[in-house]
Amino acid sequence: MSDTRAKSDHARPPRLHPLPIRIMHWINAVTIIVMIGSGWKIYNDEVIFGWLHFPQEVVLGIWAQHALQWHFAAMWVFTLNGLAYLVYGLVTGRFRRKLLPIRPREVIGEVIDALRLRLKHDDLTVYNAVQRVLYLGVIVLCILQLLSGLAIWKPVQFQELTALFTGFQGARLAHFLFMAGIVLFLVVHVCLALMVPRTLVAMVTGGPEVDPETGAAPTPQTAISSS
Amino acid sequence: MSLRPPTSSRFRPQRPIDQSLLHEHRALIERIDRRGVLRGSLSLGALIMLSGCNISESGAVQAVLRRISEFNDGVQSLLFNPNKLAPTYTEAEVVKPPRFNAYYEIEDLKPVDRATWKLELAGLIADKRPWSAEQLQALPEQELIIRHICVEGWDYIGQWSGVNLREFLVRIGADLTAKYVGFRCADDYFESIDMATALHPQTILATRYAHEPIADPFGYPLRLRTATKLGFKNPKWITAMEVTNVNPGGFHPNNGFNWFSGL
Repeated sequence: MSDTRAKSDHARPPRLHPLPIRIMHWINAVTIIVMIGSGWKIYNDEVIFGWLHFPQEVVLGIWAQHALQWHFAAMWVFTLNGLAYLVYGLVTGRFRRKLLPIRPREVIGEVIDALRLRLKHDDLTVYNAVQRVLYLGVIVLCILQLLSGLAIWKPVQFQELTALFTGFQGARLAHFLFMAGIVLFLVVHVCLALMVPRTLVAMVTGGPEVDPETGAAPTPQTAISSS
Repeated sequence: MSLRPPTSSRFRPQRPIDQSLLHEHRALIERIDRRGVLRGSLSLGALIMLSGCNISESGAVQAVLRRISEFNDGVQSLLFNPNKLAPTYTEAEVVKPPRFNAYYEIEDLKPVDRATWKLELAGLIADKRPWSAEQLQALPEQELIIRHICVEGWDYIGQWSGVNLREFLVRIGADLTAKYVGFRCADDYFESIDMATALHPQTILATRYAHEPIADPFGYPLRLRTATKLGFKNPKWITAMEVTNVNPGGFHPNNGFNWFSGL
């Protein structure tokens, strides 16, 4: 075991989703659900749209104060976990490798394919254009959601931020719309993951081994695609 | 516990009745019922003592959430900039009358009797002589046209006048190094704020709204108005003020709302 070559043999190539990514993903998944459920309860006390109340069955917290407690507790997990994810993605180059480039023509073509249920995701290690747009989009949405939340929480201390959302009610509306965007992402994301269950498994086990340099599968995985 | 009772009064004519509250009450009643059967040995009185949080959240979860809420009190007091002024507005933007809000409906309001009313002082204050409404109104006035923001999410712009709280605290010889200023109200409501907020230039003991004495539903004859706290931190119908180093808590914070609740 003292042999260095033996050591390098033991060093396994990285997987599609390294352990930190998987941990942060599932922490975020739980946190987002807590934020949405408690947020819906808070919304119910002063609705923005008269036709929309969230039923008690789908909200978190029997009374408003409990929803507020959950919301302002989970915000720390959301923020710190999100920051760790952003730093990790930027430092390791994962964002650059996985999410870029985004070519509009590719996206449009693949959206049409997806609507015809013809979208291919044979090689898990390479995100298709629809995935890239969705993943990058939801990261941007989460950042905007944090900012609009801060604008609602501290409209005096962070009044310049609140003003960017045209004021307190503007920030509330923005916070609601960003939430709606995140929920829309969640629905699509979960549906697509269930349609290709290997992706769900990969987010638990780590998925296929990848080339440490490119982050893509070391050999073409076309053989698997026939399954 | 909703801050806003399910009613449409003339003081908040813009909003329809919140039907979800009916729904929520039904769920709570059913839960109490179930517990009542389970805890048949408990008296009805003890059952009534069960507050919403005991029913809705288990003790351990609630304890953790309250600890985090206390942590957030600390974070907010660090974020609080004593020199940062809240935005102010023009008289044309003032909503008249202001919006009624209490832990009961406006029909149950008990107006304060001006003849017998006085402001009692307690705690770390040198001159604890009580103040009458006339004495308070004779003090120099400061006007604030500021946004009132409720924890529920609604807001309005109001025009409040009265003595600056810092000036009043100095006048009565209060210990400005104490931590808290607590208030007790004619309707058994109580609230407290941190000293930094009490000393903020936009914190006043308001006696007037839009140049007129504050009307009964909005806190006559004396209420707190601070531009840097949520609405429920602004007690109305104040009857006593205390300067203290022991956090006096508050009606809503004691029920689980965040105590600092700074804007």
